[in-house]
Amino acid sequence: MTRLIRAAVTAAVLLAVWQGVVWLTGVPRYILPGPQRVAEALWAQAPLLTHHALWTLTEIAAGLMLGVALGTASALLLSGFRPARRWLLPLLVVSQAIPVFALAPLLVLWLGYGMASKIAMATLIIYFPVTTALFDGLRRTDPGWVDLARTMGAAPAAVLWRVRLPAALPALASGVRVAAAVAPIGAVIGEWVGSSAGLGYLMLHANARMQTDVMFAALAVLAAFAVALYAGVDALLRRALPWQPDEATLNEDTTP
Amino acid sequence: MHDPMRTGPTAPAPLGVSIARARLTRGGTRLFDGLDLTLEGGAITGLLGPSGVGKTTLLRLLAGLDTPEPPTVIGTADDVPLAGRVAYMAQQDLLLPWLTLLDNVTLGARLRREAMSATVRDRARGLLAAVGLAGRERDRPASLSGGERQRVALARTLMEDRPLVLMDEPFSALDAITRLRLQDLAGTMLAGRTVLLVTHDPLEALRLCHRVHVMSGRPAAIGPALDPPGPPPRDPAAVMGLHAEVLRRLAA
Repeated sequence: MTRLIRAAVTAAVLLAVWQGVVWLTGVPRYILPGPQRVAEALWAQAPLLTHHALWTLTEIAAGLMLGVALGTASALLLSGFRPARRWLLPLLVVSQAIPVFALAPLLVLWLGYGMASKIAMATLIIYFPVTTALFDGLRRTDPGWVDLARTMGAAPAAVLWRVRLPAALPALASGVRVAAAVAPIGAVIGEWVGSSAGLGYLMLHANARMQTDVMFAALAVLAAFAVALYAGVDALLRRALPWQPDEATLNEDTTP
Repeated sequence: MHDPMRTGPTAPAPLGVSIARARLTRGGTRLFDGLDLTLEGGAITGLLGPSGVGKTTLLRLLAGLDTPEPPTVIGTADDVPLAGRVAYMAQQDLLLPWLTLLDNVTLGARLRREAMSATVRDRARGLLAAVGLAGRERDRPASLSGGERQRVALARTLMEDRPLVLMDEPFSALDAITRLRLQDLAGTMLAGRTVLLVTHDPLEALRLCHRVHVMSGRPAAIGPALDPPGPPPRDPAAVMGLHAEVLRRLAA
C-alpha cells in the first residue's frame, strides 16, 4: 500500500515538473505539449489509439511467445547435445555482434509491411536473453543433485527433465523478465521501418503532422504496456515458481 | 500397521563389499595406491581421515560416480556388480526445492519412471514418520530447519532400500546437538545394513560404527580397525577413551 502511494507521489511530482517546464519556458505545444493536453489527446483519440495499441500488443505477445519457445528449445538442444554446443554456441555468440535493429529494414523487405516482420523483430530481440539465461541455468545444476540422480539409476533424459530443467526455471524466469521488457522495443522499431498500423506507425504519422500531443499519448500507452507486461510476467513467474525465495529487496519496508 | 523400520519382504540381505588395490592419481600425485578396505555385511564401517586424503573419492568409486583407476577392483560377496545397488547420502541434503517432502523421499522412483503405487507412498509416509516428520508430507524443503532437511535426506536414502548405503559426512553441516540427535536416529534406522560412513568427526564414527578405520598419510594408507564396544548408537561418554586413540592415529 505504501509502495502504491509512493509511486503515485512520484508520478504527481514528475507531472508537476513537466507542467512547470511548459509554463515557465512557454514552448509551443507542437514542441512540448503539457500533460493536460496529452490527457485530452488520450481521451479524444481513444478509438484510434486502441486500434493501433491492439495491433502492437498482438505483435509483442506473439513475439514474446515465439521468442521464449525458440529460446527454450535452443537452450535445451545446446545443453543436451555436445555437438550442438560445439557448433552452435560460437555462432550464437557471434550473431549477437550484429545489431538486431539493423536487420529491421531487411525483415520488412523479406516479410512485408504486415505483422510478420514485427513479430520476427520482437522474436529476434527476445530469443537471445532467453536462450542464454536458460542455458546458463542448465549448466549450473548443483553437481550433488546430478550425482544423487545417477546413484538412483536415472537415465540422462530423466536427469534433464526432472532435475536440471526444474532447477534452471528460475534462471529462465529472469530471461523471460528481460524479454518482456525489451519485446515492445522490437515491435516498435519494426513499425518505424515500415508498417501501416501499430503505435510505432501512429507515432511517426503524428510526428509528421506536428500532432505532438498524439505522439505523447501513443508513447504513454506504450509505456503503460511495457510496465504492465513486465509486472504481469513477473507476477506469473512468481506464482509458477513458489519455491523460489522471494527477492523482496525492491521493497525496503523491512529495513529498520 | 507396518513398522517402517522393518523394510518388509523386499529388504535386501546384508551384502559384504570390498575394494582392493585401489589407486588414485590426481594431477600427477599419487593420493593412494594398493589400498584395501572391506565392508562387512550388515555392519556400519567408519572411514575417518583428514580433508583431501581421498576418502570421498573412495566412496565415489563405490557409488559408481567416479571411474576406478586400474588396478582397482571392487568386489561383492555375491559376485554381482555393485551398479544400481547403492544408496547415497551426502553432506548437503540435496532435497529438490520444488518438490514436496513426500515427492523428495520418492525421488528415486520418479527418476526411474516407476509407477507411484499406494504401497510406495505408504512406505515413504512411514519413513517420514519414522524420522519425526509425520504430517508434513506436503511441505516444501524451504520450510524445514537444517536438521529436519537432513532427516528427510535420511528417509530418502532408506526409501531406496539398497544393499549398500554410502554416507559422505552426512551430519557435518549441523550444529552439535542436532548432530547427536540425528546420529542416534541414523544408528537406529541403519541397523542391519551394510554402510560406509565417511566422516572427519572421530566422535561420530565411534558412536555410529561397528568398525572404525583411519585413513591418513600420502600416499594414504588405511589403518587396522578399531572396534568400539557395544551396539551403535553409543553414548558419547562410552567412547571417550577411544576418541583419544583415534585422534592420535589421525595425527600420525
